[in-house]
Amino acid sequence: MNNILTFLRNRADGVMIPWTVQQEAVEQFGLSFAAVEDTALTHGLLPARYQRNRNMLSIAEQLCLFRCRIAVIGCGGLGGYIIEQAARLGVGTIIAIDPDIFEEHNLNRQLLATPAMLGQAKVDAAQLRVNEVNPAVTVIPVRAAFCTANGHELLKGVTVAVDALDSISYRLELAETCAEMQIPMVHGAIGGWYGHVATQLPGDTIVQDIYRNWVQGKGIEKDLGNPAFTPAVVASLQVAEVCKIVLGKGELLRHRKLMVDLLDMEINEIRYNEPAQVIPYPLPFCEYEPEVTAG
Amino acid sequence: MRITVKLFASFRLGRFKFAEQEYQVGTDCRTIVLALGLTEAEIGVIMVNGRHAALDYVLQEGDTLSLFPLVGGG
Repeated sequence: MNNILTFLRNRADGVMIPWTVQQEAVEQFGLSFAAVEDTALTHGLLPARYQRNRNMLSIAEQLCLFRCRIAVIGCGGLGGYIIEQAARLGVGTIIAIDPDIFEEHNLNRQLLATPAMLGQAKVDAAQLRVNEVNPAVTVIPVRAAFCTANGHELLKGVTVAVDALDSISYRLELAETCAEMQIPMVHGAIGGWYGHVATQLPGDTIVQDIYRNWVQGKGIEKDLGNPAFTPAVVASLQVAEVCKIVLGKGELLRHRKLMVDLLDMEINEIRYNEPAQVIPYPLPFCEYEPEVTAG
Repeated sequence: MRITVKLFASFRLGRFKFAEQEYQVGTDCRTIVLALGLTEAEIGVIMVNGRHAALDYVLQEGDTLSLFPLVGGG
């Protein structure tokens, strides 16, 4: 490991490791891109692909993102964009969960859907895409429908669960599982020109509260469908929340739901009751400090 | 009695954003929802004067009723 570190340090441009150097390190030492990136970040070196994340994110924060594991439940409209952005951000491990294959009606909006992928599993497309975009990111594809029966197994060791489901009943099962496992959940939902986002930390009940009038069936998306841009907007808001949860910074959409209306270009916020016992934020995820690099 | 009704998202399509309407004393939220041609199943959030309310909440003179549709897609 010292050899690889020396190799990286000798070829660093300041603290930055160019992509070609990462490639050489992978070939020369027989390591994965993930192992090279881990070594770099752990020692205060920044893969150059993340240079525009600075100074918004420090190298310590980049390491924190790299060491975290998120689950994206649903790899369709929201999920495709969430996975893309998480991979570019530098989230180290993404568990992609979806039982479906791509169909023609997905092509108008789902980032991972292409004519060549029709009939292929969405989770396999997620893995292929991330391998192309950021080979240091590990995607664990799970071709299954999330429910309370398999939820504990699927979310084991997960830092944040991201809701990209298209079913309210499965979404409520996800919220229940996250509550039981004390996992933060970023909820997003879309329909037509409209969507909303909210964050549920352990002890919160906002997802249940949002759907408290729901009895069965789908929402307005059943009649309106979904265009290209609504999932992109809502997914972006969700990934910003994920980033903040992992790094313990900023104000989360906690006890409030942000509603986006892209037809009238309005953003409205609805407040929800705080539970009797509110768990303090930030959560102690970001505990890594890179070792100071010599020279 | 006078009730201000505010509609959000798809509920505005073919209706209005904001209207002051006259209703009989004792009218509840459900009656207004149905009078607007909406169904209970379409309702995501009901707010009266900025606070969450149930469909059977009985409105008072001057109340503002806000209705938001159920959104669940991904």
